[in-house]
Amino acid sequence: MKIQAKFAALLLSAAVGVCAVCAASQDQPPNQAPRRKAAQQQDRGERAFKANCSRCHKPPEQLSPRIAGTVIRHMRVRASLSADDEQAILKYLGL
Amino acid sequence: MSLSPRIVSAKTWLPRIAAIAFLGCGLTIAAQDTPLFSVGAGFFSDTSGGLTTLQPAIAPVLVAPLGKYLLVESRGDFREIYAQNGASNEYHSHFFASMAFAQLDIIASRHITIVGGKFLVPFGTYNERLTPFWIPNFQGGPLIYGIGTKPGGAANGGMARGDLYSNRDVQLSYVVCFSGASNIHDLQSARTFGDRISFFFPRQRLEIGTSYQRYLEQTHLNSEGVHLWWLPYRLPVEVRSDYAHTQTSHGYWLETAFPLFAGRGGHRLLAGLQPAFRMQQTFRIAPNIAGEPDGLPAVNTQEADFGLDYVAHGDMRLNTSYSRSFSANGNKNIWDASLTYRFLFPMWRGSK
Repeated sequence: MKIQAKFAALLLSAAVGVCAVCAASQDQPPNQAPRRKAAQQQDRGERAFKANCSRCHKPPEQLSPRIAGTVIRHMRVRASLSADDEQAILKYLGL
Repeated sequence: MSLSPRIVSAKTWLPRIAAIAFLGCGLTIAAQDTPLFSVGAGFFSDTSGGLTTLQPAIAPVLVAPLGKYLLVESRGDFREIYAQNGASNEYHSHFFASMAFAQLDIIASRHITIVGGKFLVPFGTYNERLTPFWIPNFQGGPLIYGIGTKPGGAANGGMARGDLYSNRDVQLSYVVCFSGASNIHDLQSARTFGDRISFFFPRQRLEIGTSYQRYLEQTHLNSEGVHLWWLPYRLPVEVRSDYAHTQTSHGYWLETAFPLFAGRGGHRLLAGLQPAFRMQQTFRIAPNIAGEPDGLPAVNTQEADFGLDYVAHGDMRLNTSYSRSFSANGNKNIWDASLTYRFLFPMWRGSK
């Protein structure tokens, strides 16, 4: 009888655990992973922008998307930006 | 005069080939790579030792990508200089035009960019980073500017540069350059060889680097430099400094700026206000070599610069400063004020 009670308690706790894991996974929207990745890229781009561009000058008031690539390429040469930082800053600027 | 058939043929085909090459490059330009045209416009007032100089100036900048791996860059400087004559107190003016750089950049790989043409000498930090007049916190350049940048800050030749190694904690960048001699008016340069190595620690926003230039004209001169920049994220302070040494003199500048209100809430108008301070000292080791002045004061000089700047949205800048200069040739006050604005726009509409 005792063994059966223990077994039932074990089954119950396992079931509760499985339900908890399922509930936790259902709390997350299905597209959270790409969002998190995008947020990480945005964060990396912002850090690269602050670390490299803002060292010498303040950001311009407006930057037309049409010339953003040209500006970043100029900065790649002038500030010796790494290729990864160049891409991260472009993504940060929303391009 | 009649031209040989071969020359006529070349004259006919060369423009076509050039046009096809240009169009070919143009077709591969991405929408965000439209060539840009920028103009810095400014008005500068400087009163040094009681004599005033006024300068309205414009500096056009052209940056044009050609395909994926080429970039053409150029910056000019046009200004009218009204200088007060010490004897009569009258103003005399003259027009000054120059080309700071005109270069072709070839992005050869992730770690190497080849630069050819007229370029700014990569010695220390001031010449490459702070000579566009819409950027620096002080209108006047540092006293040690002449070391390592002879003759006049520009070189004609080639340069290899890039990011040698980088991760989240450190970036190592390098520049190696050579220059040929030229006496052409706008392309003056000397035979030189130089390099610069920089370590940048992005987490601390701390940069330390060294520069070297070997001057290879009649008198061979070595110039060495060390720079340190520190712009901590959490403190409202920016520190920039250069030290330079050559056979006849040495010196340093150390600048601190305090963007007290930027990004820290408070009134929007206050965000652009920025006090700044710069200390400079130059030391004369030996008299200038005949025909090869190092560009530094003839006697030991100390200068303290106190500035109050206002930066509006990054495009407009109002700089004011008071400096006191101490030297055996006499002490003097220097009062500077300048207003600059930078326009930046695509050269054509392009596609979105």
